[in-house]
Amino acid sequence: MKTVITSSGENNSAQFDKRFGRAAWFCVFDEETKESIFVKNTNTNANNGAGTKAAERIVDMNVQKVISGDFGPKAKDLLDKFNVQMVIVQDNDVTVQEIIEKLKA
Amino acid sequence: MSYKIAIASGKGGTGKTTVSVNLFKRLNERQGTKVQLVDCDVEEPNDIIFFCDAEVIDVQEVSQKVPEIDSEKCTFCRKCVEYCEFNAIVVLPTVSFAEINPTLCHSCGACSVACEDDAIIKYYKPIGAIHYYKTKENNGLAEGKLEIGSTMQTKLIRELKKKISDQNDIIIYDAPPGTSCPVVETIHDSDYLILVAEPTLFGLHDLKLMVALVREIGLEFGVVINKVGLGDNDIYEYLVNEHIELLGEIPFSKEYASLYAEGEITGEIPETIHQSYTEILDTLNLKMMHHEGNHHFKW
Ligand code: SF4
Ligand code: SF4
Repeated sequence: MKTVITSSGENNSAQFDKRFGRAAWFCVFDEETKESIFVKNTNTNANNGAGTKAAERIVDMNVQKVISGDFGPKAKDLLDKFNVQMVIVQDNDVTVQEIIEKLKA
Repeated sequence: MSYKIAIASGKGGTGKTTVSVNLFKRLNERQGTKVQLVDCDVEEPNDIIFFCDAEVIDVQEVSQKVPEIDSEKCTFCRKCVEYCEFNAIVVLPTVSFAEINPTLCHSCGACSVACEDDAIIKYYKPIGAIHYYKTKENNGLAEGKLEIGSTMQTKLIRELKKKISDQNDIIIYDAPPGTSCPVVETIHDSDYLILVAEPTLFGLHDLKLMVALVREIGLEFGVVINKVGLGDNDIYEYLVNEHIELLGEIPFSKEYASLYAEGEITGEIPETIHQSYTEILDTLNLKMMHHEGNHHFKW
């Protein structure tokens, strides 16, 4: 199963980014292989629809779970439609690695 | 060519409507001048309540073209997605899913151009209506009324303004409150803008936001202070420091406020208020003469 964690940087020690549509990177963590790859979010500067685009990207990557701080209504609808589980983390001061550790546990 | 006067304020409740209606009713003092009032506050048009004898002469529906994807015909090529500048289209080839989000769509038509498979269908969705009224004074009132739930204020205002005849000598646009897109759409092409403000702390704050916006657009403008006597003098200091023209001051009157509540704003108005409007009109007349003069010289 694959999980996306919104991230401010390109590696596991980067800070978790609470913004879903405007996060700089998406960390795609594979629970079977325990590996993570980083995908750049190309829509961070969109005036509108950044959340929808991010959700589209995530569904397209066949991800089952997304961890972020806040999902807009349009992104939520789309993720719901494709049974992607949304997990809200309200902690600002946490790294991607720390979230991955929790997932492994 | 009409002379266009827009009337706006940084927030609701400053008396923008009263000022618009009063100026409209009195601007025909110059003989033979055709004046039309246009209520652009499409979410809550209320100029009409001050015209008890107005008759509706026409109603025109305004609609928006909205695209939809026919998933039977769609080949999920994602070409429309690339064309859509507003990120309104979601296409997921892996799950054969294609959808246009109507709240993000701006009806630009680019997706229809992009699609080579005839999969984009268009339908018309109502966004509001334009009402035309005959009034006792002058050349009537036109108002835009937004369909409940529609977010197309700006488009409706644009359509409304397009419909107003250039045969009018003067057009008065009553703008929505605030500083957002619908306000910009209303005021951007005006020859003169009147900002109505209250002499209070909040009134000054909202006025400053408005002035910043108007200066960015580059419009000629002046300020009318309404409800003078209610607040303090900070607003006057601000106007002087910023070299902003004070067009007039309308005193606060309890008696007048109760007339307003009954929709009687121009009948028996107190002498002080009548006098304030006369002064504002004199200044406006000068501006218009100046404007006409400039136009003749250009000829
Ligand atoms: S009409 Fe324009 S804004 Fe609307 S979906 Fe098509 S391309 Fe996007
Ligand atoms: S361009 Fe036409 S066929 Fe291609 S994804 Fe869009 S709607 Fe479907």
